[in-house]
Amino acid sequence: MGLNLVVLVKQVPDTQNITGEAMKEDGTVNRGALPAIFNPEDLYALEAALRVKEAAPGSKVHVLTMGPPSAEQVLKESLYRGADSVALITDRKFAGADTLATSYALKCAIETTGKYDIVFCGRQAIDGDTAQVGPQTAEKLGINQITCVDHIEQTDEDSLIARRSIEGGFEVVKSAYPVLVTMTDEGHVPRTSSAIKVMTYKNKKAGDPEIPMWSIEHIGADFEACGLKGSPTKVKEIESVVLKAQELQMIENSDEGLSNLMHSLIADHTLG
Amino acid sequence: MSNNIWVFIQQDDGKIADVSLQLVSKATDLARDYNSRTGESVQVEALLFGENIKGLAAEPVKYGAEKVYCVDDRRLKHYTPVPFTKVLIDLIQKENPQIILYGATTTGRDLGPRVASALKVGLTADCTDLQIGDYESKGETYSNILYQIRPAFGGNIVATIVAPEKKPQMATVREGVMKLNEPDFSRKGEIADVPSIVEDADCLTEILERVQQEKAVNLTASQIIVAGGMGVGTKEGFDIIADFARTIGADLAASRAAVDAGFIHKDHQVGQTGVTVRPKLYIACGISGAIQHRAGMDQSAKIIAINNDPDAPIFQIAHYGIVGEINDVIPKLKKAFTAKA
Ligand SMILES: Cc1cc2nc3c(=O)[nH]c(=O)nc-3n(C[C@H](O)[C@H](O)[C@H](O)COP(=O)(O)OP(=O)(O)OC[C@H]3O[C@@H](n4cnc5c(N)ncnc54)[C@H](O)[C@@H]3O)c2cc1C
Ligand SMILES: Nc1ncnc2c1ncn2[C@@H]1O[C@H](COP(=O)(O)O)[C@@H](O)[C@H]1O
Repeated sequence: MGLNLVVLVKQVPDTQNITGEAMKEDGTVNRGALPAIFNPEDLYALEAALRVKEAAPGSKVHVLTMGPPSAEQVLKESLYRGADSVALITDRKFAGADTLATSYALKCAIETTGKYDIVFCGRQAIDGDTAQVGPQTAEKLGINQITCVDHIEQTDEDSLIARRSIEGGFEVVKSAYPVLVTMTDEGHVPRTSSAIKVMTYKNKKAGDPEIPMWSIEHIGADFEACGLKGSPTKVKEIESVVLKAQELQMIENSDEGLSNLMHSLIADHTLG
Repeated sequence: MSNNIWVFIQQDDGKIADVSLQLVSKATDLARDYNSRTGESVQVEALLFGENIKGLAAEPVKYGAEKVYCVDDRRLKHYTPVPFTKVLIDLIQKENPQIILYGATTTGRDLGPRVASALKVGLTADCTDLQIGDYESKGETYSNILYQIRPAFGGNIVATIVAPEKKPQMATVREGVMKLNEPDFSRKGEIADVPSIVEDADCLTEILERVQQEKAVNLTASQIIVAGGMGVGTKEGFDIIADFARTIGADLAASRAAVDAGFIHKDHQVGQTGVTVRPKLYIACGISGAIQHRAGMDQSAKIIAINNDPDAPIFQIAHYGIVGEINDVIPKLKKAFTAKA
């Protein structure tokens, strides 16, 4: 008697390694210039699911992502690491979705997979750092959530025990299934791809039977609640961060220069 | 239609989180601004849930809350998502606030999205500024709504987000980002006891163990900070920085790279994933000035940067720059200070 495990993964622009060309003149992000990667914490979510599967034989790991067809890459990488099945939720009508509309679509997709016990997410995606999609998906499913989980300590037939980070410490909590957990990058280091699986899946494309594409109709979602229409938040404006040009005063690295600096800071009561 | 501005007060083991009181303070600014723009008289109200929490209710009042809704229930002793969401949603539906602010803590970031989802309203995470303003879109004008300003894309852009169509407008804010009002111990507020609607069946999370320690340092209130980065080189190098900090009466901070290298405890980390500080003086020693570090310190009134690389980005936000080796500059600065002070 295994468990049904669903993992939500996202393809994100690599915002941690932003180079010059990644920002356009007008201050917007040139997504094309940023490599697309597997959201780092989602790899930990996948790893946690694969470990639960190993501990509970007969379990299945089903990986879902919502995104454009190019997001097939994260699904292939999930298959390389041991996912049993994947699906790409993709539809033009999803464009412009904020976290609320995204979590609604993900909820519909999770329910489309059938009965599920644990849903795994990353704690947050590095493109927005919002950490909202996990809890919102749990709420939409009407199930419990455990956020900021470092380790799944134990899984039984009907409940799990997880250790989560809180400010200045941790909690060990227990919840019955179904439950959604969001994983941090403090846990087990994600495994690498299996060479045999890479051979099996590397030429597959979205739309092949191994990587099915699910539309709004397929997941039974209400069009009004998807994409821009289902998104209460709007971006009013975007500014690129320009370093505020200070009146930088260079201080000579000499006894005299440093002494004068200290003197002026003491004189204006910044120091002392 | 109350239209009030709410702050979720986070309390753990009978202690209110600093960020909650910072948000009460910010909410008083927003309410003042909103009222002067509209002629209405909305007020700041606080939400306090827990077990035996009545004694804490006076605290948000000192910082400007007019009313504190208290829900006392042993099942709310520690935060868990389902009971807290249920209680909060019930209150929102009864009282109809226009804005709700949460600390961007593990609790606020767990609760806020769940409430937003249930009510189908917007929520903006990790705002660094909040303002009241107008918004126009497709010929419609929305007056006096909440501007939710936050960095995005790894801090490379700053976005102003609005959620004009539905109340409440909600945001989370990290500790130290908003300034605390001077507490006014003579202020009186209304304490409203709200009966709990939590049922045992809501308690889906069982807490088996809970360990929480007070932070070793609280840099958010520091006036003078000496911060060390990778450029300090070694743990022993950090002793020199620490000694200098002690001498000039400063608190000790660090970049993430210095924390990751094991030079100092994580509680000292400044930046996007650490604390946000706004001291009178910030002395950055051997810190390159990555965007994630600047996010936590660029509001400092004066910044001194010491770095052996004249092109380090930290110089672009510094007021005083010293190009040199840490091991050389710091002892000289210490000597200069001791001679003058
Ligand atoms: C999602 C995310 C969140 C992050 N959050 C944070 C955060 O909260 N806080 C944070 O600080 N960082 C954060 N970072 C990391 C950040 O990007 C930088 O890597 C980090 O701030 C670098 O620390 P540093 O300046 O000490 O080290 P380095 O970048 O290695 O810089 C060391 C500096 O010291 C100088 N130096 C070297 N030797 C000497 C010497 N002998 N004398 C004088 N100068 C010397 C060098 O010229 C260099 O400028 C985050 C990164 C990511 C991706
Ligand atoms: N488009 C998406 N498809 C699948 N999972 C997602 C998507 N967006 C967010 N998630 C999941 O939700 C987590 C939190 O994302 P965010 O709220 O954007 O920070 C991610 O780590 C993923 O596990």
